[in-house]
Amino acid sequence: MNALSTYPSIVPLLAILVSAASVPLIGMSARLPNLREFWTLLAAGAKFALVLSLLPSALVNRVAETRLFQISPGIDLILRADPFGVFFALIASGLWILTSFYSIGYVRGLKEKHQTRYFASFALCLSATLGVAFAANLLTFVIFFEVLTISTYPLVIHKQTPEAIAAGRKYLAFTLTAGVLLVAAMAATLQMTGTLEFQAGGLRAFQGLSPVEVKILFGMFLAGVGVKAAIMPLHAWLPAAMAAPTPVSALLHAVAVVKSGVFGVVRVVGFVFGPETLGRYGLHEVMLWLAGSTVLLASCLAFAEDNLKRRLAYSTVGHLSYVVLGAGLLSPSGFIGGLLHIANHATMKIVLFFCAGAIYVNAHKEKISELDGIGRAMPWTMGAFALASLGLAGVPPVNGFVSKWYLGLGALEAGSVAVVAILLISGLLNAGYFVPIVYRAFFKQSENFRSMGEASAWMVVPLILAAGLSALLGLMPDLFFHFFTLAQQIAAQVLEVSTP
Amino acid sequence: MIEANLPLLVPLTLLIPALLIPLIGVRAPGAAYPLALAAVLASIPIAGFGLIRVIEGGPVTCTLGGWEAPIGIELVLDPLASFLTLVVTVVSCLVLIHARHVASVEHPDKRVPYYSLVLLLLAGFCGILSTGDLFNLYVFLEISSLAGYGLVAIGDKRSPVSAYRYLILGSVGTGFYLLGIGFIYVMSGSLNMADLARILPHILDQPTVLSGLILTVTGIGLKMALFPLHFWLPDAYSSASSPTSALLAPLGTKVGAYILIRVLFFIFDLAEVEQRVPIASVIAWLSAAGVLYGSLMALAQQELKRMLAYSSIAQIGYVGLGLGMANPLGFTGAVLHILNHAVMKAALFLVAGNLRVQLGHSNIAAMDQRLSRQMPWSMAALVVAALSMIGLPPTAGFFSKWYLVLGGIQGSYWVFVAVILLGGLLNTIYFFRVVERVYLPFGRGLSDPAAADGGREVVESVEARFSMLAPTLVLAGALLVLGLTSSFLVSRVIRLMIPPGL
Repeated sequence: MNALSTYPSIVPLLAILVSAASVPLIGMSARLPNLREFWTLLAAGAKFALVLSLLPSALVNRVAETRLFQISPGIDLILRADPFGVFFALIASGLWILTSFYSIGYVRGLKEKHQTRYFASFALCLSATLGVAFAANLLTFVIFFEVLTISTYPLVIHKQTPEAIAAGRKYLAFTLTAGVLLVAAMAATLQMTGTLEFQAGGLRAFQGLSPVEVKILFGMFLAGVGVKAAIMPLHAWLPAAMAAPTPVSALLHAVAVVKSGVFGVVRVVGFVFGPETLGRYGLHEVMLWLAGSTVLLASCLAFAEDNLKRRLAYSTVGHLSYVVLGAGLLSPSGFIGGLLHIANHATMKIVLFFCAGAIYVNAHKEKISELDGIGRAMPWTMGAFALASLGLAGVPPVNGFVSKWYLGLGALEAGSVAVVAILLISGLLNAGYFVPIVYRAFFKQSENFRSMGEASAWMVVPLILAAGLSALLGLMPDLFFHFFTLAQQIAAQVLEVSTP
Repeated sequence: MIEANLPLLVPLTLLIPALLIPLIGVRAPGAAYPLALAAVLASIPIAGFGLIRVIEGGPVTCTLGGWEAPIGIELVLDPLASFLTLVVTVVSCLVLIHARHVASVEHPDKRVPYYSLVLLLLAGFCGILSTGDLFNLYVFLEISSLAGYGLVAIGDKRSPVSAYRYLILGSVGTGFYLLGIGFIYVMSGSLNMADLARILPHILDQPTVLSGLILTVTGIGLKMALFPLHFWLPDAYSSASSPTSALLAPLGTKVGAYILIRVLFFIFDLAEVEQRVPIASVIAWLSAAGVLYGSLMALAQQELKRMLAYSSIAQIGYVGLGLGMANPLGFTGAVLHILNHAVMKAALFLVAGNLRVQLGHSNIAAMDQRLSRQMPWSMAALVVAALSMIGLPPTAGFFSKWYLVLGGIQGSYWVFVAVILLGGLLNTIYFFRVVERVYLPFGRGLSDPAAADGGREVVESVEARFSMLAPTLVLAGALLVLGLTSSFLVSRVIRLMIPPGL
């Protein structure tokens, strides 16, 4: 039973608005940091609870829908908590809770300036992310996508160093150009097909277009969402954006913003063009080529980075393309693997960023070559780091293994041995650039960290929780949030419609 | 009685006090401002009532002196005219509230002539909007133009020169217009717009009529600063006093755009004309060039008001593009952009006014991070208006561009689509140049000094007073409201304006 039935509900709207509503409260409590952080935590908790309440009905394909007013003749602002939307919203809002606790430890530990602006922008970003998740048509999607772009900007330039300002410019140049392409592609789609509504399996109207039109449109869409998904060569903003504070890198540049990008890729592939149209014109092969080379190149570039966060950024670039690979394979297991990697990469990469932040707050070290012996001073932090990096390399039982396994199965289903090879090589490369860090931390000697202990509990507890979650999801992929069931549902909806 | 004379009411409400102010002002100069504000305030409900009445019951016609149409002068209020009348009155009311303090700072001894000229300007605008007669339109055009020259002259040291240039070029523009309608009148024997719309299809092949149209459009092009007839605009806007530029920039060129719409779509049948003279294509291509030229020139400006003036040339290009596409979606985008740009440009010029009054300058190079704490609300309004100028959702600017892009795709004008989108990106560059200076430690070496000692640099707030801040914020807030309600506007109001030929 794959057919979706919708019921009117205000919950998707509330889930989006709750963090935006906290923005003025955060702004007004600028002089009372504890109250201000209370608002953030309250909003994060409420948001997660609201999203969670949408899960049971999404699991039985009953979709909560908020139909707001018209935004363009014939097109309403519609929010729909379909399985895919709930899947992404759960990840983003769940990890926001951990990040909020972590942020408090981080910004207070570093005595950051502009903390109010920081927390307010963060809350706004999460509203936009959930809007992206729940958007039921392209116009709604693009509106939230652009709001996300703008609300992330203050966080990228937060440190206000020349480096951060340059990163902010780069970020805007890439994302706004992409936004413009997306708007043009969307307008063309509306003119040519008469609809912008997401449809599992793709819009039928695309079958009436000429091959050239479909190819150009797909190219514009892929470039439009591909910037946030950091598909090479559109990735350059992401390593630069590491100038942002670490919690921002953790949640936005490993989860919310970049995952909005790959979420967009999957939406475009599965819900706008559809597997059948892509397959007919061989467009999925373009995706496979782009994503495959991104996976390998990004892993190679990661080796060259001595800055820990930048190495993590290149690793993110590579792992985002796993998801693109999964979508491009157009096979059920591949799709499931790609979707699961949205969740799994999120839990693992956030651990790594949290660790990088904890090290920075405690020891003010950003370079990998300076981390000799830090594992003895911060055993919990570096232990979590080791676990998550093994997971990203695809070592069982961490959850990275599960998504890679399904990606591999999907590649075999699609008969693409090259993709299997890419996955294996990439696993080795991942191990190659992560293991030396762990080795340095635990096995090399240094006098630097003798008198140092763990970072504050605000930071260590969230990172251990995220690491634990990664391990648990590796053993039981369906635990708590039914990510696996949701992924199966989405794959079935997208791919079954396409097979006559 | 009131309904029958509806088209006449708004211009009269503004014109009579305009003439009263100098009389009363001799004895009581302090009465000038209240009288002007009262007149504009009174015109808003009349304009609003007019719009509702027209939407519900169709166009309202009123003949002056009881002479029937082709002979006598007719005033017609149709959806387009009544909508723009409301836009003009509301925006000018907000600007006028803002102007009280600014005017008393920038030119304290000229209150009486100033407010009289403002009302004369607005009366001219509203007269242009509601007239149904080409020659009567010329009269109102001259009223508003002459008032405009006077207003520009009341400014800084350079303003008499700018005003003189503006006067010469403006007169050339109105001259062309007059010459054009002369040609048309000679061939058709009529100046009434509705009458002309009936006659012209029969005589459209006459070279005289087509020459008349080209002369008219050239004249209007000068008044609306359509590239490459824009050269009077940057000087006039940037050396005029702040309230003047806040009135002229959002409204002046838009009234020009209205005349263009009226002539091309309602008096002439653009599709028929296009087969003989490619006037729509020429306008569209020139507008596209204007979008790029205006945006690039705005990038090079060091003074905020001058930058905004060049940005106006680009924005009027968007309107021209939408009209030149000659399809309903492009037309919708153009009309929506007239409204949106009026609101956002007014907001930006009010911010520039706040800066001039509070800091004494609006030089971009002299702005720095302190400004974001000295004038937090004005700067927030600047950011919102900038986002709208760039065309980011959910602000109003996104939606007018959305319709323009749709129109471009509908007509397969791929170059225009690219120009519209590229223009948005150029907007990003020149507005973020300002935003970065205001919010970031820019050009002062490393991160701000406050970071070093952990505390905040003590910066005293010099935020503008409430009477200046409130209109600024209302306009900025309106950009968000107009964005979300744009679909309602399009389907309920703008749809009614789409000319029958499209």
